[in-house]
Amino acid sequence: MSNLQVSVYRYNPETDSAPYMQEFQIDTQGRDLMVLNILTMIKDQDSSLAFRRSCREGVCGSDGMNMNGTNGLACITPLSDVVKDNKLVLRPLPGLPVMRDLVVDMGLFYKQYERMQPYLQNDTAAPAIERLQSPEERDKLDGLYECILCACCSTSCPSFWWNPDKFVGPAGLLQAYRFLADSRDNATQARLAELEDPFSLFRCRGIMNCVAVCPKGLNPTRAIGKIREMLLSNAT
Amino acid sequence: MVTNITNLGRSGLSDWLIQRVSAVVLALYALFVVAYLLFHPNLDYVTWSGLFSQTWMRIFSLLAFISMAAHAWVGLWTVSTDYLKHTGVRFAFQAVVILAIFVFLVWGVQVLWGA
Repeated sequence: MSNLQVSVYRYNPETDSAPYMQEFQIDTQGRDLMVLNILTMIKDQDSSLAFRRSCREGVCGSDGMNMNGTNGLACITPLSDVVKDNKLVLRPLPGLPVMRDLVVDMGLFYKQYERMQPYLQNDTAAPAIERLQSPEERDKLDGLYECILCACCSTSCPSFWWNPDKFVGPAGLLQAYRFLADSRDNATQARLAELEDPFSLFRCRGIMNCVAVCPKGLNPTRAIGKIREMLLSNAT
Repeated sequence: MVTNITNLGRSGLSDWLIQRVSAVVLALYALFVVAYLLFHPNLDYVTWSGLFSQTWMRIFSLLAFISMAAHAWVGLWTVSTDYLKHTGVRFAFQAVVILAIFVFLVWGVQVLWGA
């Protein structure tokens, strides 16, 4: 039984002048483990390896990383999905500053999310109990609210790589549409105005990398198209 | 709030619409010219210049030139803001592109109505 060859991106800014790849041999005993299990086994060999993880079942969104060139959550990605020729290359999410090893600084990603004001805004008088929504209105939020903000989509998007300070990115835009589509929110005009410039939304070129990598199977490209339709019908 | 002052439409929405409408115009013009050439295998100067002496062809051509100018401005502006990170280099590139588009457009008008 040959060992799995794992190559891991290592960088400790306090001791390393440049990042490097470190090789590990992991005995999987023929089991189809999740990539996160492999990282835990590596950590047993070298406790200095840094990576984020929490729920280990694809809900918290902490362990987004680049596995053999594709972004995904290590905890729900089986080796059989990514390993080729018995090799596994693990890198941090592309495009964001690396803090250490597989840990990236998500500051820019969260800043864009915050800009979309991801909370209900309604300036009409609050009803006694709650704002009601019909089942049909609630259905419009399916495929939008499930995002766990793991950043796999935005960090697979070249438009986000080149302009992370101006382009909101697929994750933020999916959330923007989640609130534009919500019947209880009436800040539609202000939300649309924030997206009308050439960068925030229109830097999307529709290459659908976001759709290809989303671990939750969501479709930010479709949400971006819907926002574009709203902008167009608003302005013509 | 993201600002922008050197793109064509001053707005992402209008740039996006300009890009798509101009693409349709350019596609129609290209299809027409290719079809015309296919239907006139032994094309000579008199026929070709006769085509361009008609007002509708001049209008169609000018529409295509303007579409090309707008399409190039929007497209190359986008490329420059993706890849040119140094402000001076980016602005110089945008200025050269806009100047070239202007020159080609005026030249195109001269060719269409000068003959």
